[in-house]
Amino acid sequence: MSSIGTGYDLSASQFSPDGRVFQVEYALKAVENSGTAVGIRGKDGVVFGVEKLVTSKLYEAGANKRLFNIDRHIGIATAGLMADSRAVVEIAREEASNYRYNYGLPIPLKNLTDRVSGYVHAHTLYSSVRPFGVSMILGSHTVEEGPQMYLIDPSGVSWGYHGCATGKAKQAAKTEIEKLKMKDMPIADLVKEVAKIIYIVHDEVKDKNFELELSWVGEVTGGKHELVPKNVYVEAEKFAKEALEESDDSDEEDL
Amino acid sequence: MSFSTAPDWTSAEHETGTTIMAVEYDGGVVIGADSRTTTGAYIANRVTDKLTKITDKIYCCRSGSAADTQAVADIVSYHLNFQKMDMGEEPKVKIAANIFRELCYNNRDNLSAGIIVGGWDKTEGGQVYAIPLGGMLTRMPFTTGGSGSTYIYGYVDANFKTGMTKEECLKFVANGVGLAISRDGSSGGVVRLAAINKDGVERFVLTGNQVPTFYEDY
Repeated sequence: MSSIGTGYDLSASQFSPDGRVFQVEYALKAVENSGTAVGIRGKDGVVFGVEKLVTSKLYEAGANKRLFNIDRHIGIATAGLMADSRAVVEIAREEASNYRYNYGLPIPLKNLTDRVSGYVHAHTLYSSVRPFGVSMILGSHTVEEGPQMYLIDPSGVSWGYHGCATGKAKQAAKTEIEKLKMKDMPIADLVKEVAKIIYIVHDEVKDKNFELELSWVGEVTGGKHELVPKNVYVEAEKFAKEALEESDDSDEEDL
Repeated sequence: MSFSTAPDWTSAEHETGTTIMAVEYDGGVVIGADSRTTTGAYIANRVTDKLTKITDKIYCCRSGSAADTQAVADIVSYHLNFQKMDMGEEPKVKIAANIFRELCYNNRDNLSAGIIVGGWDKTEGGQVYAIPLGGMLTRMPFTTGGSGSTYIYGYVDANFKTGMTKEECLKFVANGVGLAISRDGSSGGVVRLAAINKDGVERFVLTGNQVPTFYEDY
């Protein structure tokens, strides 16, 4: 890393002479070390998938989830430092709760994204703090707005997406997402594709064990963000594994 | 104990001892009010505007203390203008009503304010919300408020019909306020009306002989 030793990376509040903020770039590196998270916005909702790397067999199954509920209608998938994720999720929950208290309505996702990304961005401006090593995908479904999805970076920028990925294999995942016509697809079908993408991009050489996390919010869930039901999970995982085996078979034929 | 010889209206609080009304119709709302502000028995203003703008397409009808309701309306207006900038779109009527409720409920021991919120937004169309004295919030197809409303319960209950047109609603509200004015000593002056829909606000004033009359006609 060429930036080491230049002295411009010591504080989040200092630019380098060529206009970069190294602390933010380091935060992005922290995200790149994390298992992949994928979000796809279909015609009737949003599906999240997370490749949660399991570093020890001593952990309980299902520990340290990276899919969170923010409000009834909002879910978040995170990639990056776990502790930072939880801190930002806490802020998001407070914002959603305050909006409900003040206005008597669920917070629109655009509004929540603006508030959370403003908070994340504020941590790139001061020497007394470090940026959050987290990139998060926010998704919601409401009757008024339909399905919505945004991604927030450690820099504090946010964009709306039809499909996005973050973490270790985000490039590979994006390539897979681009093959889908997600705008016409129901989340009942997309959940299988998301599971498949997580299985495809998982690098079983470098990262042995992982748990697949799947959640959704849409018409089928009555506008509620929740982990997918057991039967849907099992079916999606089966679909993913079969798709992977097929491609392995065809790979062998090529040889 | 004061032994002032001045008339009591010099020290009494201004009150909009009022008649206010609001009705939902398909595509908007019609709101209406009389125009009398009293200080005790003295008419401090005979052409008051009790239909107060909150945002471009959200209005409120004020009854109770003039000072309290103006202050509350100003605060809600401030919040909604802020929210409009934050969200980049016109605030929802439901949000306006909830802020009114929050203020009226939290300060219920110190406020004398009975408010009707009426307006139009793109998600739910025309809406009417009633926030009476204690700070309760209810959405209604139509509602009345103020001291004059007690005289016209019979009229509104007998004559309200669902699915009225804008013109029918204007007539309904004008008649209601007209009847209340004739019976209620604390209501009077002109009848102010407004229709709010996706295109904005149309305002009307019925003065003098334009105020509907009934049995008094000879």
